[in-house]
Amino acid sequence: MKKKIALITASVLIFAVLWYCLQALLMPKYMDNKEGALIGEYYDNAGNNDVIFIGDCEVYENFSPITLWEEYGITSYIRGSAQQLIWQSYYLMEETFQYETPDVIVFNVLSMKYDTPQSTGDQEKREAYNRMTLDGMRWSKSKWDSIWASMTEEEREKEAIYSYVLPLLRYHDRWSDLKQEDFTYWFRSPAPVSDNGYLMQTGVKPYTTEHPEPPPTSYELGENSWYYLNKMVELCKSKGTQLVLIKAPIESPKWYPQWDEQVEQFAEENDLLYINMLDCQEEIGIDWNADTYDAGLHLNVYGAEKASRWFGKVLQEKCGVADNRSDTQISALWAEKAKAYHDRKAAMEAQKNKETL
Amino acid sequence: MQITSVSFLLFAAATLLVYYLLPQKVRWCFLLLASLVFYLCAGVQYLTFLLLTVLSTYGASMLMDRNLQKQESYLAQNKESLSREDKKEIKGKTKRNNRIILIVCLVLNFGVLGMCKFLLAEPFKSLANGGFLSFLTLALPLGISFYMFQSMGYLVDIYRGTDKAEKNPLKLMLFASYFPQLIQGPINKHSELAPQLLAGKGFDGKEFSFGLQRMLWGFFKKMVIADRIAVAVLALRGPEFTGVGFFLLTLFYAVQIYADFTGGIDIVIGLSQALGIKMPENFIRPFFSKNIAEYWRRWHISLGEWMKSYIFYPISVSGPMLKLSKKARNKLGNFGKRLPVYVASIATWAMTGIWHGITPNFLLWGMMNCFVIVVSEELTPLYEKFHNRFGWKEKKWYGGFEILRMFILMNLIRIVDLFPNVGEYFRRMGSLVTTFNFPILWNGTLMNLGLSGTDYAILGGGIALMFGVSLFEEKRGSIRQNLWEKPVLRYILVLALLMVVLLMGSYGIGYQASNFIYNRF
Repeated sequence: MKKKIALITASVLIFAVLWYCLQALLMPKYMDNKEGALIGEYYDNAGNNDVIFIGDCEVYENFSPITLWEEYGITSYIRGSAQQLIWQSYYLMEETFQYETPDVIVFNVLSMKYDTPQSTGDQEKREAYNRMTLDGMRWSKSKWDSIWASMTEEEREKEAIYSYVLPLLRYHDRWSDLKQEDFTYWFRSPAPVSDNGYLMQTGVKPYTTEHPEPPPTSYELGENSWYYLNKMVELCKSKGTQLVLIKAPIESPKWYPQWDEQVEQFAEENDLLYINMLDCQEEIGIDWNADTYDAGLHLNVYGAEKASRWFGKVLQEKCGVADNRSDTQISALWAEKAKAYHDRKAAMEAQKNKETL
Repeated sequence: MQITSVSFLLFAAATLLVYYLLPQKVRWCFLLLASLVFYLCAGVQYLTFLLLTVLSTYGASMLMDRNLQKQESYLAQNKESLSREDKKEIKGKTKRNNRIILIVCLVLNFGVLGMCKFLLAEPFKSLANGGFLSFLTLALPLGISFYMFQSMGYLVDIYRGTDKAEKNPLKLMLFASYFPQLIQGPINKHSELAPQLLAGKGFDGKEFSFGLQRMLWGFFKKMVIADRIAVAVLALRGPEFTGVGFFLLTLFYAVQIYADFTGGIDIVIGLSQALGIKMPENFIRPFFSKNIAEYWRRWHISLGEWMKSYIFYPISVSGPMLKLSKKARNKLGNFGKRLPVYVASIATWAMTGIWHGITPNFLLWGMMNCFVIVVSEELTPLYEKFHNRFGWKEKKWYGGFEILRMFILMNLIRIVDLFPNVGEYFRRMGSLVTTFNFPILWNGTLMNLGLSGTDYAILGGGIALMFGVSLFEEKRGSIRQNLWEKPVLRYILVLALLMVVLLMGSYGIGYQASNFIYNRF
């Protein structure tokens, strides 16, 4: 009997070890598609941030925490991910409070135009975006709730919940697409791809013509979006954190005046600060010939630094966020971050110049 | 709940655990509860159909049993006073009464089954969709053909006196609704399955292990082979695939349907084995058959047995058939003697075809099988003469030829499943002798069927493994039994197979996992 129990235990252990190793190997490392690595990088930087940005690419491409530090002494982190939906933002916010209580949380309202996972269009892409936001989260009730709120119809039908718990079930067939990086980072994490959640881009591609897009099916922001925005307000109130709503200074995808009015009214009713940065482009100083790397869809590092310089002032003047530069411990930590940021910037610029030559 | 889903695995694991933790006496109650939960997962609305079958079967069996009891007690009380004729008359009366009960119940149940199948067939589906019968059209209730055939078989056995009526309606319900068999059979006999379900057999490590191994083998066949090749089968159904393309379709479909059916049955039988319940085999390496009769003794055995017991025999020994036999024998000699058997065969195959689907192609499928059986039977003397002259029968190569011949013949018949438009089937069949488009085998067409080179490699390996195991079992018996004495090798093989299913199975996002093909019956 003892022999049998030992044999069964050994079998289970061998299976578990094999599972773990295969899962570690087959899970994407997001070395090319860097957006997928952003959410997981937060945990090493959690704890001492005065400001947390939450939202989609309009936060992680357009604001630079290092600039906020260097110009205003504001410590911040961006919890952004590609096409992050409002419920995912809410649950990331909920999770953030498990690690720290920032003075201000900045939420980019663009995602309010999506009311359901279906409303985002291509469901295959949606599932990939879901993974980029959800796989990197550490296990908590917030992650569990976020998964349930995020799953597409196909994911529900195929019981994808199990594959969020055991990602090998999702990535089981990646063995035919494995690259060197999968083996290199099999059992260790790659170097951070972001600077406190900011994904740097140094390229330049001028914004000359509008990007065509079909008109929205409705100019009314959806019920589900309002539900989660209300939850954000309540959560921040209960934690004593100031919620700031912004619309990043990007013209495409379009942010319609009708949506803007609704958010503005909501902000007024709830005594929130709402800043539509589209209206402040001149003040910020964005040069659409030089400050975007993809023809106006996102800012490059030069544009992001300008936007951050402008927004840092708002954070200090309107939200009273403190300047931490006199704190030696914090300064030392942020000096390291700033060095990494500038090194990355220099390396990327050098690479860009090399490619241009 | 698909049986290749994680939910089903968790459900099966929980069922096994709780089943063996409970005292033996109440295990059947838990099995009934688990079966009902499983059934409810398919949709609460389908429970009505199950209840209708169980309650009507129970009511009819009780009435028949009461009539038989009455008859027995009357005969016992008046043993001395009744003449032989009186007894015969009393028995005849009981038989007539029971026959009426049986017919009413059969008509009711098969009527419901027929209506469901009828309403699910195009163009009737649209009629029901918009009409008052729309509640029936969601999908064919899970396992309806299986539990209904099983229950009706039980009722006929009661009528024939070859089985005893179950007094406890819950026990009868367990027999009808036992969840592993709801997915794709096999169609069990009450006298064989019910005692095992109710016994709550104790834990047997070897049986448990064999059961799980068999389930794993079933998952391999279904998820690695059947669901992968299904994509190419779908593509090859396109009208442009004629000639060699159509022949390829018959081969691919043979692989898909074999892996799908036998994979599903392996999961069902394996889970039952782990629960200590022995189910009859439903497929015994049918592609090794040398003639059609042998093929049907190896393919979907339980359906064949059911059809033989409850359709073929009753028709072939019925009064009109005996009369026909007598008349035909006088006029047609030996052929006349066989005529009633052929008539019964036609009825049986028509019924088998309709069981698979109500569209004309399934009827044609049944008739083609019947035709080949009848022709083979009629040509038997000719074959014998041929073999006596050439003496090839004993040669190994001739055995191989017979297997190949039967494989191709059955592929050509089976493929009609995929063509509800029978005309299209004949057009494609015709193309086999008119279109010799061999270049599709090497001009890149195969890479446009939705399968990559890796998929073909996996399929090649999977089919080779499936064939190797079949060959081994054909020659040396159960592979699990053979491996039992070699624990190290067994553990390595099981672990390797588990990894293959896990990594190469067609499941999850991006895969269109299909239901088991027999689900739809």
